[in-house]
Amino acid sequence: MSSAEPPRRGGPDPVAAAIAAAFRAERAAVLATLIRHVGDFQLAEDAVQDAFAEALSAWRSDGVPVRPGAWLMVAARRRAIDRMRRNRSVADRADRLAELMRLDRQEHPDEDEDSAIADDRLRLIFTCCHPALDLPARVGLTLRALGGLTTGEIARAFLVAEPTMGKRIVRAKRKIADARIPYRVPDDEELPDRLRGVLRVLYLVFNEGYSATEGERLVRSELCGEALRLARLLCELMPDEAEVWGLLALMLLHDARRDARVGPDGRYLALDQQDRSRWDHERLGDGLEALDRAMRFRRPGQYQLQAAITALHVRGADTGTTDWVQITELYDALGEIAPSPVVELNRAAAVGFAVGPQAGLELLEPLLADPALERYQPLHAAHADLLRRAGDPVAAARAYERAIALSANEVERAELHRRLSTLDAD
Amino acid sequence: MPEFMLLLYGSESADEAERAQRWAEMPLWDQVNASLRDAGVLVAHAPLHSVESATTVRVRGDETELTDGPFAVTKEVLAGFYLLDCADLDEAIRHAARLPWARYGSVEVRPIVGDDEIPRPDRNASAS
Repeated sequence: MSSAEPPRRGGPDPVAAAIAAAFRAERAAVLATLIRHVGDFQLAEDAVQDAFAEALSAWRSDGVPVRPGAWLMVAARRRAIDRMRRNRSVADRADRLAELMRLDRQEHPDEDEDSAIADDRLRLIFTCCHPALDLPARVGLTLRALGGLTTGEIARAFLVAEPTMGKRIVRAKRKIADARIPYRVPDDEELPDRLRGVLRVLYLVFNEGYSATEGERLVRSELCGEALRLARLLCELMPDEAEVWGLLALMLLHDARRDARVGPDGRYLALDQQDRSRWDHERLGDGLEALDRAMRFRRPGQYQLQAAITALHVRGADTGTTDWVQITELYDALGEIAPSPVVELNRAAAVGFAVGPQAGLELLEPLLADPALERYQPLHAAHADLLRRAGDPVAAARAYERAIALSANEVERAELHRRLSTLDAD
Repeated sequence: MPEFMLLLYGSESADEAERAQRWAEMPLWDQVNASLRDAGVLVAHAPLHSVESATTVRVRGDETELTDGPFAVTKEVLAGFYLLDCADLDEAIRHAARLPWARYGSVEVRPIVGDDEIPRPDRNASAS
């Protein structure tokens, strides 16, 4: 396995800095185009890695090129030609080689090639997120091929051993080749379903980073950054898809408050207790703007609804009054589009504020009766909050204890203990 | 003549040396294949890619569900197949036993449902 690592980051060396910048900004696009040309993920990746290695010495002696991406594309293509000449097992080798040599002789890409290049990164995204690949493999491959993270960094962020992550990614690449997973953007008929799959991968990456606990936060927060970067890229590539903007909005509105969630004493802080000066207001603004842009399409979807709910919470914390009635309506709509126990639980909590704790408790009843949710910690925490507000401290204490027993997160457990202890004071 | 499908099962976890040894047996396979072709029984045959490349498809309601992997996760997986046109099961078994795979894996012999064996309403009508 060739383990492609990016050149050393930072440092005073301007060439190393230029290469690190090019790695983040250009690598995915160069790789995406080369995969289309050579038809082989691994060979393309190896050739791109060669090109970066070559850049290190070439840029040092000749200076950093004006267009690093174009330089890397030419270098990667030539290295792919070399590799393909040596590797007889590549499918359609003769045709592919002829095409690569033709491109190499061209001064400027022709029109067909230009328009094909525009879609290459989308091809790469849809291929990495193909539903015939296991979800963890989709996540690993997407981050590896499109993100700026190394296999080691991805492994650390997902709390698995590096060889495990490496194997997962290699296996996914082999399956793409062996099972003939096509390198293309799905046609109009398949697109909605496949796009949902892509957004799911990006949201999963974001959540992995966002839900990281204190001790893990340093390594895992990189995932939030990568998810945001990929969501922005998708917005740029598919600007007319409302849900893509909705997902970007949702991520930005959460990410802007990431650092404010934990107080100076390490305690978890609910939205209304957070120090708003620790919010990233520019990021919140970007999130609201993305949400606006999404809603102008008038094609609601689950990410837009979740982003709209988050925006109302943020505004509520800002103004001191939360519009629970509107939040309840948005949860109603979300329950129609994407029904799930999590949505039902949040809807019950919202109704608990909009109408009253008793109404919220009634909505929780079917969830509490569901054996599949017996060990779902947030259900018991929400149940406890509603019982406390309904004036039943005995039942509330029981529910808090249940939630504490089920909590796997230290910060969260401390917060539940605190709420339990305030029951006596009520 | 009825058709039989020979399904070759075996373990994929063979180590590098064992795999190389199996590839070195290609002339044996070529011999069997040539003789099956000469006898006029060979309809189709193919080795399959590793089970890691398998995708299982299910449609439930309107949803097409894909699973990354084989139908059943077992140590022994389907590694290849032959489609043979044989007079009877005995002939199919005879050919199955000649495949190099029979020595280290298993060969499942499955009769193909012939077109005339498929129950169809029009056929039932004429029979009654």
